Formats: sequence, structure tokens, C-alpha cells
Amino acid sequence: MSIRKIIERLLFLVVVIWTASTITFFIPRISSRNPIRERFGQLARTGGFSPDDLEIIIESYNQKFGLDKPLWEQYADYIGSIARLDLGVSLYQYPKTVSELIQEAIPWTLGLLVVTTILSFIIGNVLGAVAAWPRAPRWLRSIATPFILFMGVPPVLLAVFLLFFVAFRLKALPLGGAYSIGVVPNQSLKFYLDVLRHQLLPALALIFGTVGGWVLSMRGMGVTIQGEDYVLFAEHKGLSGFTIFRDYYLRNALLPQVTGFALALGNMVTSGIVIEQLFGLPGIGTVLYNAIKANDYLVIYGVVLFITIAIATLMVLVELLYPLIDPRIRE
Amino acid sequence: MTTTMISQQEFLQPSRVILFFRYLRRNPGLFIGFFILIGLILFTVIGVLTIDSSDAYPLSVKPKQPPSLEYPFGTDFYGRDLLAAMVVGMWQTALIGVLAGALGTFIGVALGFISAYFGGRLDNTIKGVCQILQPIPVFLIQVVIAGSLDKRDVTIYTMALIVVLLAWMWPTLVIRSQVLSMKERQFVSVAKLSGMGDLEIIFAEILPNLLPFIAASFVWSVFSAVFTSFYLAVVGLGPLREPLLGNTIWAAQSQGAFFNGWWWWPLFPAIAMVLILTSLALINMGLDELANPRVRRME
Repeated sequence: MSIRKIIERLLFLVVVIWTASTITFFIPRISSRNPIRERFGQLARTGGFSPDDLEIIIESYNQKFGLDKPLWEQYADYIGSIARLDLGVSLYQYPKTVSELIQEAIPWTLGLLVVTTILSFIIGNVLGAVAAWPRAPRWLRSIATPFILFMGVPPVLLAVFLLFFVAFRLKALPLGGAYSIGVVPNQSLKFYLDVLRHQLLPALALIFGTVGGWVLSMRGMGVTIQGEDYVLFAEHKGLSGFTIFRDYYLRNALLPQVTGFALALGNMVTSGIVIEQLFGLPGIGTVLYNAIKANDYLVIYGVVLFITIAIATLMVLVELLYPLIDPRIRE
Repeated sequence: MTTTMISQQEFLQPSRVILFFRYLRRNPGLFIGFFILIGLILFTVIGVLTIDSSDAYPLSVKPKQPPSLEYPFGTDFYGRDLLAAMVVGMWQTALIGVLAGALGTFIGVALGFISAYFGGRLDNTIKGVCQILQPIPVFLIQVVIAGSLDKRDVTIYTMALIVVLLAWMWPTLVIRSQVLSMKERQFVSVAKLSGMGDLEIIFAEILPNLLPFIAASFVWSVFSAVFTSFYLAVVGLGPLREPLLGNTIWAAQSQGAFFNGWWWWPLFPAIAMVLILTSLALINMGLDELANPRVRRME
């Protein structure tokens, strides 16, 4: 890959991040809501200071956050702080910064999403490849059908059903939370097993809710690869069916799926956020959900921007690394 | 020599409706999708006509009742009859879906046509905007917009608008690529040579051939509108007063419905949502197959 292509993609990444930050800067300013006034109005109602003081406090905070400056200057400051990876402070848990909140939550989200994304990718692609492989036994090929049939069902709905059947009816797994009530987080094996038990249902919902997409696209890919000359050649060489399947058919069909992987990240993260909130897991999604509930705008925008930057960066990374794993498009 | 009599009927070309039903038999996904959708529409229409929709709002019936003959889906913590809430919720879901879907498809078709047919700088701009917006998770931007709104301003209609704001990109790209390929076909060149104007070619020649694609992207838009408005409602950004299906699940979850044993509260809206999304996804896949002769199963 040429240096020029790399620079081009990096520039694209900068444009995407700039667009996302511009959107998160201007939308709140178009709206009629004033986060600082709302927050202090709330505090004033619960007692503490008189309404006269309220105006003075709001003014001084506007000054402190630079909200009295002209819009273009605020915008320049904002873009500057994003470039320094400074996402601002929480209005509700002041003086905690958004970055601190994200840092506390990110291990939970990463743990859940990385494992489920990879498992969903593997399961979906193998099932899809088998479904398109004419020599596979019929029952094996038909395993994929229900996944395609229920492709439209979002993981969140699967989570509701899993909660009902597995956690509520069978009482086999907990109904929610990151670990059992009354347990203090520690480094023991027992604690990790407890956490794992709590992660099982959200993970299952995420995996089964996203497998269908992979099955469908892999089946389509597999059908086109079957007709290729090299598959025919491998057959005539007398290679065993499994070798052909693994080395000639799966590998070639799998590579283009990697580019789809980057696109699927967005959906995965979206579903992960909603699932976390449904199960009460203390990840990024719950930070976002609590911020929505408390009208903590700066946290909402900070978290949204953080996720967007993460996804866009991963997408560009996958695109740049792709030639390394697929020799066919290496120049 | 004997001549076999052939009844006149066999010469007649079957009507379009019959052909359509024959096609449905070959495309079971489309058939099942339509079947579920008709069932859902019947449920909603009969429900709207026979049920007092004011029962779908708080403090109208005895709260926390499990499913019984009087309340087939039970009642919730706030004293809503869940059957009435489901009927109203499905009606509102359909409203959001169809409104946002129609608007999104319209914008997508218009932009896709302009982009592909006129090409040049306009095409590059539209394509560029779509490419830049693509890596940004649409749902998160919708969270920002919905979160910036005053809670009182959030209604079914603002939900539809928020959902449509970023939902036109996919239809635009699909229609664009179709028009690009269609532009090069012979019948368009013939039309051009015979002196037809741009608008006439678009409306009389290209548009009719694109109808299956437009139908498929309409169903896709409805699907994504229902999907994203459901997600927004599940995280508590929906119109809180309304019994939208996502709102009901959000309310159930924030009251700890499973912890308290009120299993029916989140379960029935979830089943309804699964049926809606599955039928739309199946119809979309079926229409894709219908529109794209290369994957259409021949018989």
C-alpha cells in the first residue's frame, strides 16, 4: 500500500471526527435547553441558595465554561479541546471529567463487546459457509436457516426473552447487575466467576442477535466462491472435503467479510449500549443512560463523540491492515 | 389423426394477482413476512376499533394484574391496560415507521437520481457526504438530538423526524447505483436519441423499472425507522407519555418488572416487536430477491 493511500485514509478519519464533533457541538446550541441553568435551577429547588444568587452563579459558570464568548470562538475552543482529547466535565458529578467516567466504564464494555463481536463473527461465518457448501450434510446446512429467519430481531429483544425464560422462569442465571448484591469487587477467582455468570445472558443476546447478518452475507459469498476454478482444481487434485472447505473455500470467502466487520462494529456498539442498560451493567452504555436521565449533556456529547472516534478509527485501521491479510489486493 | 382439445382457459395469461401469488409460493420468506404483517395490521385495526384507547394511559385500570380474561395481557404498575397499550403502541409504531419510511425513501430516491443521473460535482458531493457520515453510528447522533429536545417537545412526529434525519443515506446509495447501471442500458440511449427530455426519461423510462428497488428500500426504511425509534424509546428518549412498545419495555425495566414478578409487562410488547421487525426483514429480503433477477430463484 502506498504512503499516499495511508495519508488519504488518515485525512478521511480526521474529517469524520471533525464532522461528528461539529454535529455534537451545534445540535445542543440549536436547542432551547440550557444545561447549566437546568442543573442549578434543580439545585436551587432542593434548597441551598436564593433565586437571586442563582443568576450570579449561572453567569459565573457561563464565564467559566466560556459560554459568554461568541459562537465561533466557542467552536474553535471546542475543536481545540477535542484535538487534545479533552471531552469536558460532568455537570452532574462535577468535578469528574467525562474522560474519567469513560475510563471507569470502558473495561466492562470492552470485555463484553470484544468477546461477543469475535464469537458472533466466527459462528456466523462458519454457519454461513456451511449453509452454502453443497457437500455438507443437509441437517448441518439447515442450522443456519433460523438465524436468517430471525435476522431482524435486535439483541435487546432477545435479551428480554432470555431474561424471561432463563433468569425468571428457570432461575438459572441472575436477572441483572454486574455481580451479586453484597459482593465487594476483588481479585479472587470466585469474584471473576460471579462476574462471568452475570455477563452470560447479555453476551448470548448480543451473539445470537448479530449472527444472522454474518450468516446471510457469508452464504452469499460462499455461493460465488464455489464456482471458482481453484475450488474445482482442488477437487480434482483429490484433496479431502474438509481441506477444501477450510483452506480453499472458507479462507477466500472470509477475507471480504473482514471489511464488513468494521461496518458491523457500529451496530454492535449500539446494541451493546442498550443491552448494558437493560441488564444494569456499569459500562459506557450505562454512563450514557444515566447522563440522559440526569440531563447531563456534556457527558452525553462526550460519550457519543468518544464512541464515534473509536469506531471510525477502528474502521480506518481495518481498512489499512486489510492488505496485510489478503495478498490478493496487495500491490 | 386426433386433435387434442385444449380448453380455452389454458391459453389465457393468468392475471397479475395470480402471478404474484404464484411467485409468493416460490419465495416463502416474502410469503411469511406478508402473512405476519397482515396479522399485525388486523390486530391493530380491530383493536383500535373495539378498545377504549384511554385505557392505554396511566391510572385507568387496576394496576399490576397478571393476564386474565378481563385483561388478556395484564396491567402494568401505572395502571395501564396492556392490551390497550399494545394496540395504541402498535398503531403509533406503524405511524412512525410509515412516515419516516416514506420520507426517507423519498429523499433517498430524489438524491440518488440527482446524484447518478446528472453526475459530476453534485454526485461527488452527495457520495462524499454519505461516505463521511457512514462510520458515525446513526443511533448515537439520534441520542444527541433526542437528548437536546425538551421532553415536552418529544412526540410521535418528532420521533419520526429524528429517525429520518439520518436514514436517507442507504436508500440514496442503493438508488444511485441502480440508476448508474440503468443509465447505460439501451432503452435509455434510444429514448435520448429519440429526443426525450431528462425529466421525461427519468419518469417514463427509468422510474418504472426501479419500482421493485424503491419498494425494497421503502421496506428497509420502515424497518430501520421502527428499529431505531424502538432503541431510542428503550433507553428512555421516547415520548414518555405514549405507550410506544419501546417505552413500555423501558418503563417495565426501570420498575424492575422481572425482579418483582410482573413478567407479562415487558414480554408482550417484546413479542409484538419481534413480529413487526421479523415480518419487515422477511419482506425486505423477499423484495430484494424479486428486484434482483440474479438471485431470483427460477422455476
